[in-house]
Amino acid sequence: MRNQPYVMRDPTAEISPILRERLAPCKDLSTATIGLLSISKERSDEFLDSVAKSLSDGGLSVLRFRKPTYTRPAPEAIIQEMVERCDVAIVGLAD
Amino acid sequence: MEFLVVVKRNCETCQMVEPVLASLKASLPLTLYSQDDPKFPEEAGGARDDRGLEESWRREIEVVPTVIRIEDGNEVERTEGWDRAEWERITGQGGLGAGLPDFKPGCGSRSAEFGMPERLSLQFGGMHLASREVEVCEMEDPMEVAYDRGWTDGLPIIPPTDLRITRMLSGTKRKSDEIIGLIPPNLAECTIEKVAISAVMAGCRPEYMPVVLAVVEAALKPQFSMHGLLATLGFAGPVVIVNGPITKRIGMNSKGNALGQGNRANAAIGRTLQLLIRNMGGGIPQEIDRSVLGNPGKYTFCFAEDEDDEDWVPLNVARGAKPGTSTVTLFHGDGVQGCVAWHSRTPEEVSRSLAMSLLSVCHPKVCQWSKAMLVLCPDHYKIFQQHGWGRHELEAGLRDALKRPGHDLIRGAHGVSEGIDPTRAEEIVDKFHEEDGLLVVRAGGKGAGQSAIIGGWPAQRKVDEIKIVSEEVGT
Repeated sequence: MRNQPYVMRDPTAEISPILRERLAPCKDLSTATIGLLSISKERSDEFLDSVAKSLSDGGLSVLRFRKPTYTRPAPEAIIQEMVERCDVAIVGLAD
Repeated sequence: MEFLVVVKRNCETCQMVEPVLASLKASLPLTLYSQDDPKFPEEAGGARDDRGLEESWRREIEVVPTVIRIEDGNEVERTEGWDRAEWERITGQGGLGAGLPDFKPGCGSRSAEFGMPERLSLQFGGMHLASREVEVCEMEDPMEVAYDRGWTDGLPIIPPTDLRITRMLSGTKRKSDEIIGLIPPNLAECTIEKVAISAVMAGCRPEYMPVVLAVVEAALKPQFSMHGLLATLGFAGPVVIVNGPITKRIGMNSKGNALGQGNRANAAIGRTLQLLIRNMGGGIPQEIDRSVLGNPGKYTFCFAEDEDDEDWVPLNVARGAKPGTSTVTLFHGDGVQGCVAWHSRTPEEVSRSLAMSLLSVCHPKVCQWSKAMLVLCPDHYKIFQQHGWGRHELEAGLRDALKRPGHDLIRGAHGVSEGIDPTRAEEIVDKFHEEDGLLVVRAGGKGAGQSAIIGGWPAQRKVDEIKIVSEEVGT
């Protein structure tokens, strides 16, 4: 997109670190809805089925999602649905 | 003693004086610098290469040719353009430029072209910015980085790059590292540089900076209570009214749609204050900003008063400023409520109509809590003016029309538990405090009798603690 480094100056009082903080981890999983996203890689379902089972057996609430292909980023609609319905997401990223 | 001359080939005057430069070079310790072509002037054997403009910037060259006499390493005199008498006086050489006219103005220096002084100042160390650098990687969009970091009010910002900040700082004579004050709610020390960064992000031009700085100074006065205004559950935010000649110099809108969108100065000056409070002060909605609903003016709310009618005493003059001074006034205001009064033809009728609408500010039965601002439209003002009513008569007429019997207003009256203390049932009660309770300003376009009411902040009932503030626009 551009060859030169692009630098902005910080408009804040600089009281937080320059790297953005991660979201705080979910404090109480027992009331959270956990979303499992399959990236549609071969056999990921088997792995996620077993993850879902162990979570459900522990009394946790699980929802399943799938993006059409691992070769492209997840469609916005799937991301939005997960944001709307889940408190925590687990993504099966690789083989 | 030595001499220094700065020239460029792309300048008729420099070309004209080429033989003069050659003869001076032959007889004096003279150094030539060329801004565009070091081979020029050929007759003098060329010049030192100043295409990078460092020498021109350090010498503050504004015109080419410029001749400078240097003694003991210090500049003692200079002349710009071609002026035979001056060149002869400064160089001590007679008979220069035989056959040339006595005088020919020079051309602009490349180092003084638009935007160059700031660029060169950054490049050669004249400007040092202290704020932390945030690098945007190649695949990222600076706008999205700004959103992700929480720097925006929800609308896009202009990315605050060094060049833009330096240009913004050229709009004020104040030093970039001067502390202007502590920005609430976090009471963060704020430099002029941080104000300039917010001004860039908000979309200001450098010439707005004196107004922006006055707005920030006013907002930081303890009696304005910016902290409380930010943290309130109420609707209000800072409303900025700008008075005086600066409003025309920077192109502010005081006419049609003055309270609305479409004017860069109105929009960007108000937004700068809000971005500063968000980013420097940490005033984030649903965090320290506890407003139940807010109002759209919390993006930006800034306009100029219409001072074109000499009969009208502008707000700043009414509040003690000398006529002709440029001033900002900050009011704690909600959104806009219209008063549509098309059929009134006498000043008494219009003031009664306006008063009826003003009575609903805060709550129709509550008195001397929120203050209010009335933005008087031209069609309403014309009726007052035709009958000889100026600011004084208008304010007095409104005050009369805003009095009501206490028994209508006490708690429980008309089946409504809001209201004034029952002990005041026999009083005639003013809607607003006498001092600063109702600010009247003029703005707007012609076409219909519809003035605007900007309701105030209920905390204004603490009249000794919370005040409307004004600040003169400096440099």
